Amino acid sequence: MLTFDDVRFSYGAFSLSANMTIAPGTRIAVLGPSGEGKSTLLALVAGFISPEAGAVRWQGTDLTPQRPGERPVSIVFQDSNLFPHLTVTQNVGMGLSPSLRLSAAQAGQVAQVLDRVGLADYGDRKPGALSGGQRARAALARVLLRERPILLLDEAFSALGPALKAEMFDLLEETLPPETILLMVTHDPDEAARMEQIVVVSDGQADTPQDAAPLLANPPPALASYLGK
Amino acid sequence: MARGALAISFGAVFAALIVLLTLGTLAAVAGRAEGLSQLSGDDWKAIRFTLWQALVSATLSVVFAIPVARALARRRFPGRSLIIALLGAPFILPTIVAILGLIAVFGQSGLVSAFLGLFGIPPVQIYGAHGVILAHVFFNLPLATRLLVQAWLAVPAEQHRIAESLSLSRAGMWRAIELPLLRETLPGAFLVIFLLCTTSFAVALALGGGPRATTVELAIYEAFRFDFDLGRAARLGLIQVAICAVIALLSIFVTVPQARMGGLDGTIERWDRHSWEKWTDGAAITLASLFLITPLAILTARGVPFLFELPSSIWQAAFTSLWVALASTLLVVVASLSLAISAQRLRRGEGLGDALSTLILATSPLVMGTGLFIMLFPFTNPVGLALPVTIAVNAVLSIPFALRVLMPALRAVEEAYGPLADSLGLTGWARLRWLLLPRLRRPLSFAAGLAAALSMGDLGVIALFSNPDQQTLPLAMYQLMGAYRLEQAASAGLVLVVLSFGIFFAIDRGGRADADL
Repeated sequence: MLTFDDVRFSYGAFSLSANMTIAPGTRIAVLGPSGEGKSTLLALVAGFISPEAGAVRWQGTDLTPQRPGERPVSIVFQDSNLFPHLTVTQNVGMGLSPSLRLSAAQAGQVAQVLDRVGLADYGDRKPGALSGGQRARAALARVLLRERPILLLDEAFSALGPALKAEMFDLLEETLPPETILLMVTHDPDEAARMEQIVVVSDGQADTPQDAAPLLANPPPALASYLGK
Repeated sequence: MARGALAISFGAVFAALIVLLTLGTLAAVAGRAEGLSQLSGDDWKAIRFTLWQALVSATLSVVFAIPVARALARRRFPGRSLIIALLGAPFILPTIVAILGLIAVFGQSGLVSAFLGLFGIPPVQIYGAHGVILAHVFFNLPLATRLLVQAWLAVPAEQHRIAESLSLSRAGMWRAIELPLLRETLPGAFLVIFLLCTTSFAVALALGGGPRATTVELAIYEAFRFDFDLGRAARLGLIQVAICAVIALLSIFVTVPQARMGGLDGTIERWDRHSWEKWTDGAAITLASLFLITPLAILTARGVPFLFELPSSIWQAAFTSLWVALASTLLVVVASLSLAISAQRLRRGEGLGDALSTLILATSPLVMGTGLFIMLFPFTNPVGLALPVTIAVNAVLSIPFALRVLMPALRAVEEAYGPLADSLGLTGWARLRWLLLPRLRRPLSFAAGLAAALSMGDLGVIALFSNPDQQTLPLAMYQLMGAYRLEQAASAGLVLVVLSFGIFFAIDRGGRADADL
């Protein structure tokens, strides 16, 4: 269980509060106008920022003292997911060992996961020699290796074209272990519709998750005005 | 271990060492100074001369830089980028080599004297106050020009277009664009050059001297070296630090322009009003180029024939200089990287980094040397430690330049890749190896190249501690000049130039090759 236990965060005039519980395996879209705190919600889980009050808990344990790398979390950003000076194999290998001291078995795992995302022949390339879709696949390969129970997607695929985006979602569904919690920030209602549930973030408040289909069919006023319905 | 604790403890050690070498040596010097009331007439003369020559040198440098910079900013011609690159060269050019080149042009048996001799006019002299000023303008005219070209090119193109569409006259352009630009840039450029001229030692050592042209730095050296009057050396040291500190404080209130790493490509749209401006621009560029190139050209012509007749002691000195420079560079790299990483980790850390830089810039190398001598004297014979002391002092002097390059670069790396590295648990040595070092290769090797070249050409603290067994190449060259063996000195100078530029390019280019950016 991932719990936002009366979490409050503020920075200047900006503030966000969240109070919710998310069960393993839940796929959630975080939707709302920009600047309202969608990415902040993810950053609180990832550990880039700490809550002012309350706590983000995983299986009941407060995550606050844990550094980002120690948390049960993987994150994919919109860009800068790969170090441009390292090869794809090295970038992905960091999912197993940040110091890149990989055993032969681990190196085999890296090769295997690259094969799974369709990058078997691209291991020696550097990110600059990949297309946008291939870079997204490499980032996903590292997520799969890390095997963390929570995956955060911070507009991870929003720079991709519609076809590539659909491909990535299919790949995600195909490869991600079913018990993984997925929290995905998006401003695209079509992307949100692919998730089971939606968290609306507006007016400094992250609402509790609601089922996606009925919410999008019959949006409350704040969401309706954002969606332009 | 807390986040970045390792880097911070490294940084703290180096910060402490720097404080010891700056404030610590200053305190050691102050302990010997026996009150400032004892300042003699000669001391006052040295103070007056230091300030006066710095004032004149800085004024001439920025005034001459204005037409050259304007010409370079608005003309495009073959060889322009070469001239721009040449303007960066004096920073790496060893001072003593440039001085020898200037002597070859403006000295008693130099080019100018030979030319005047054709008309029966007696030869000119380079030794004395005007020689010191000439050398300072040689070094700082290029710096001032670079800073001004940068400012000229930074004026938005729209301003020129508006001026054009209003058909502003020459005077109108001056008032609307050039005067505000100069008012913004000149005070900072002037201050930087003024500071450089008050702390310059090698120029005064080689061309100055005597009651009329002794700077405070030179007076410290003479008190130390010739009279072994530590009290007087210490007294003058305090004066020197006070002068530097006042200028460093002033620089807080004046925007000091920063020389950029990159080139100065691009020209502004032509906006001359009279056809003769083409000729004045051409003349400014030609004269400045001749002034900068001729001394080195003559030096090369004179030095090459004797290159293979150099005594083995010169090659020995060259070897010493090389490893001193490399050791000093290694120290600069480790220290500045630790300091920059700590500064990035700590709140207000960059302010601390800037404060350290200012502290170093406000400390005179000779005061550092004198202080170290006083501190080491009770334990050992400091002269035996001439090279380690030179390595340490040269390293400290390069740290402000290294930090100025590294701190913004590191900030940019952390902004772009910090969250990713954090989320992967990339900490400690792994972060250094897999993120910071690869991303910082270019700025780090630029800083290392500069540090190596600066140490290679340094003639400062080593002169204070020198002994016959441990000579660096600049010192050996200076001694050849003192013995009037000018041809050999020219050859040694050539070796020194090749080594200084060679080490800079080898390190700087080495870092650029294959860097994925």
